[in-house]
Amino acid sequence: MNAPARVTFRIRRFDPVRQSPPSWEDFEIPAVAGMTVLDGLRTIKETLAPTLAWRSSCRMGVCGSCGMFINGHPRLACNTQIAELGSGPVTVAPLPNFDTIRDLVPDLRPMFDKHAALSPYIIRDDHDEMYEPTGEYGQTPEELEEFLQFTYCIKCGCCMAACPTCATDPVYSGPMPLGQAHRYNADSRDGGFTTRKTALAGDQGPWRCHYAGECSRACPKGVDPARAIQLMKRQLVFDYLRLYSQPCPAGVVTPAPASARRPDVPEAPAPTVDVSRARTSPSC
Amino acid sequence: MRDQRLWTWHVAAGLVVLVTLALHMAIMHLDALLGLFNPAGGHPIDWANVAARSRQGFFLVSYVVLLGAALFHGLYGLRTILHELGPGPALRRGVDVTLLAGGGVLFVFGAWAAWAAFALARTV
Repeated sequence: MNAPARVTFRIRRFDPVRQSPPSWEDFEIPAVAGMTVLDGLRTIKETLAPTLAWRSSCRMGVCGSCGMFINGHPRLACNTQIAELGSGPVTVAPLPNFDTIRDLVPDLRPMFDKHAALSPYIIRDDHDEMYEPTGEYGQTPEELEEFLQFTYCIKCGCCMAACPTCATDPVYSGPMPLGQAHRYNADSRDGGFTTRKTALAGDQGPWRCHYAGECSRACPKGVDPARAIQLMKRQLVFDYLRLYSQPCPAGVVTPAPASARRPDVPEAPAPTVDVSRARTSPSC
Repeated sequence: MRDQRLWTWHVAAGLVVLVTLALHMAIMHLDALLGLFNPAGGHPIDWANVAARSRQGFFLVSYVVLLGAALFHGLYGLRTILHELGPGPALRRGVDVTLLAGGGVLFVFGAWAAWAAFALARTV
């Protein structure tokens, strides 16, 4: 019987309590078929290094928690099999362009602060309809295609780690927040372009993007934030030239008279937000 | 709003540079094929050809437009690079003022040179 193959993990360790510079540590563990980098990290934590820290949750490329710098590329640890990394050691470090909290845990707060600053949600005037809906907002398949791919973003931060502009410019919002701002600007149900423009037209906007395209290459979900940024630039340039005005947000589709609610579909839960504090956007 | 405005002008200036530079290349390097604006024949930078072009108002305007567009396009690009080096707000402001002042001086000097050539060519 053959001895099980072994794989070496070279992991960058950092302990904020000790305040010592980050260092590299090697761990050799048995490799099994189908083993992901996340599986390897779990094995190391269980058998060799119980203090090893990282962030993960779903184990299937959905939650976006386990973004790491694996063999020189930002990837999801749960989505990367060690077999696809070649025969050398598996090098794992925290995502670059972020501060490190501990070991493989990046501080993603700046990214989410920039994300929140660009109002990444549907903004409309009709608050009553939004919080006490009487129907669905109409949207054609073509209108959906305008932004659908950008909804697949899981906010893992891989694009931010790959972006050369994020590496040097702390003011630049970065591909994830900008891609998500465009996702809502391009949504036919949204009327918030004017609100978002206050931030996008300034330093936080897409103007520092050099179209290196590394964000799109790094995205584990196949999203193309570089495209979103170029489309956003075009939209903002046309807006400055008075050649663009956002169309009125889609209205509610009136249900067909004969249609009735299916008895097995439950009612929507009661609102959990304070409707009176909802933000407004200019009337269409 | 500021960056939206500057970027739009940056793109517009790039287009102007593209057109005026294409005209320059056509006159200077395709003279054997096109023979544009070289009434005396020979080389495009022979004195007679230069003087003939310089006394035309069209060239005075196109030189100044090319100068302005190239200066704005190039200095805005330089500003972007310098801002990406991560200076603080005060230094960013300093970069902006320096580039604006430098660009203004270069534009005035270049425009004066184009006007002086125009005026000189009209006398000969």
